[in-house]
Amino acid sequence: MIRVYTSSVIDASADTVWSRVRDFNGMPQWNPNIADSRIENGEASDRVGCIRHFHTKDGGMIRERLLALSDYDYSCVYEILESPMGVANYVATLKLTPVTDGARCFAEWSAEFDCAEEREQELVETIGQGVFQGGFEALKRHFGRR
Amino acid sequence: MFQRVVRSTVIDAPIDRVWAVLRDFNSHDQWHDVVADSRIEGRDRGDQVGCVRSFTLKDGNRIREQLLTLSDSEHTSTYCIVEATVPLRRYVATLTLTPVTDGDRTFWHWESTFATPPGRERELREMVARDVYEAGFENLRRHLRDGGDRRGAAATAMPTAPALPTRRAVVHRYGGPEVLQPGDGEAPPPNAGEVRIRQRAIGVNYLDVYLRKGWIPALMPLPGVPGMEAVGTVVDVGAGVSGLLPGDRVAYLGHAPGAYCSVRTVPAECVVRLPAAIDDDLAAATFLKGITADLLLRDLGRVGSGTRLLVHAAAGGVGLLVCSWARRLGATVIGTVSSEDKARVAREYGCVHPIVTAEHRFADVVQSRFGGADVVVDGIGDGARDENFAALARRGHWISLGQASGALQPIATDQLVTKSITFSRPAVFDYVATQASLAERAGRVWDALADGTLKAPPIERHSLGAAGAAHARLESRRTIGALILLA
Repeated sequence: MIRVYTSSVIDASADTVWSRVRDFNGMPQWNPNIADSRIENGEASDRVGCIRHFHTKDGGMIRERLLALSDYDYSCVYEILESPMGVANYVATLKLTPVTDGARCFAEWSAEFDCAEEREQELVETIGQGVFQGGFEALKRHFGRR
Repeated sequence: MFQRVVRSTVIDAPIDRVWAVLRDFNSHDQWHDVVADSRIEGRDRGDQVGCVRSFTLKDGNRIREQLLTLSDSEHTSTYCIVEATVPLRRYVATLTLTPVTDGDRTFWHWESTFATPPGRERELREMVARDVYEAGFENLRRHLRDGGDRRGAAATAMPTAPALPTRRAVVHRYGGPEVLQPGDGEAPPPNAGEVRIRQRAIGVNYLDVYLRKGWIPALMPLPGVPGMEAVGTVVDVGAGVSGLLPGDRVAYLGHAPGAYCSVRTVPAECVVRLPAAIDDDLAAATFLKGITADLLLRDLGRVGSGTRLLVHAAAGGVGLLVCSWARRLGATVIGTVSSEDKARVAREYGCVHPIVTAEHRFADVVQSRFGGADVVVDGIGDGARDENFAALARRGHWISLGQASGALQPIATDQLVTKSITFSRPAVFDYVATQASLAERAGRVWDALADGTLKAPPIERHSLGAAGAAHARLESRRTIGALILLA
């Protein structure tokens, strides 16, 4: 089992950031790497168990299932059902924590997964820096523009 | 209702560097402005789960906190307040560090729950949030910016309390007052269940004379330090001690001799806190002696209205307390003293009929004037053996408290039956075997002194270095009231 952990500080309150990222279907609104997204079977995007079906800008198709959503903890957990990345048993958590001094929040994005041994290094890099840090950069830009 | 305080910040330093400071449970006096002094109690280390740190804050408040959880993998530390002079009750706090991988910084989350007295919720919440947590964030930032963590203080071994030097009066061979000699020693840091006390006043008792003479070698082998009681200030306390904080004024009654010194480590169960109304000297003069009077009058003598009570050495440390208290209980107090001066003082303390006698002759007067004594408090011993017997009324109670004139020879039980006499030979320590019973009896003595029921005895003061001179005075039978040594 491989673990990837990335964290950052976003210059907006946890409430503000959470109102964006809690929408399991909302990635295209803030993440420029995502081309489109829909929730399968017309379900609500905050229904635990729903599946988002989206494409990245480079054409990859990914299906992910929402496993947990907490407005109390500002956290969500999801797993990958289908993707071109070559990972198995992939479960990721995105969590926000308020930073009480200043309107900032501490954001953590982590994942555990299995993969072919020779691809470990590459996937840790891609997921940690590309997906998660890329997501944080997108959030920082998104809230920095306001 | 539980209060919850959460504060968090981002520190511009890698998590390992921040954690190296915060994981040390004893580091706060190096970086947090609110803390004046911090010490790990006993011999524990600052990273030992279960250890207790003792804080003195700059505002004078004192706090003892116990480490409940320490995780180097989670970078988290949980601790609770064991005791404090600020009313934070059931206070449990958790401090957690998390790496900010984006920029190699550290997210610091600090939270606690606690209860407060009604009406003080907001004040105490703000105190914890602002003065402790937010100030702590700023202070740690400054500490790291100034390189305070790199000067080696936090990296060296955790400081634990050192042994403290103590001055003593030591007996190297049994004998007269001159065998009490000044000496130096060390008071070790308190182990679990112990308290270390910086002593200011030490009670002198006749028992100390017996110890010095070698009458009870099992209780004080050589070389030995006499003294059963003292008054002072708590320096520090060991693990598992509750109800006592550094700085508290206390008195103790030792399980073993050793009180003739300036700093001593003793079991917490023989220590009680002093009320503000009782100063150090008075406490040292009336602790063991007052407890003795309490058990003599209340438990053994059952002294009340009309009780005819005969007290020997009525102007002595115990004698005056017994006279004063028994009088308030309605007893007719008869006393023996060795001089007219003492008779005058004994009378002032409630003894209606002091008998001046150098040779322990009193039975005729007690019988002719009062028809005998219901209770005799006897500190004389063998020298007054026959007179005591003659002075007792039918069904009288002879309480043998001491033997200043020499060891009391065995008493034939058939002699007791002639007047249905009961005989008691109490050891005070059996009446204060638990901390609760000690505190209860001491509380009664000090309440009675504070409200005037019990008249404070005259106090004769000697320095610790002159303990031999104090003993010589006590044995000269010329003293009135209680003797104490000043450390």
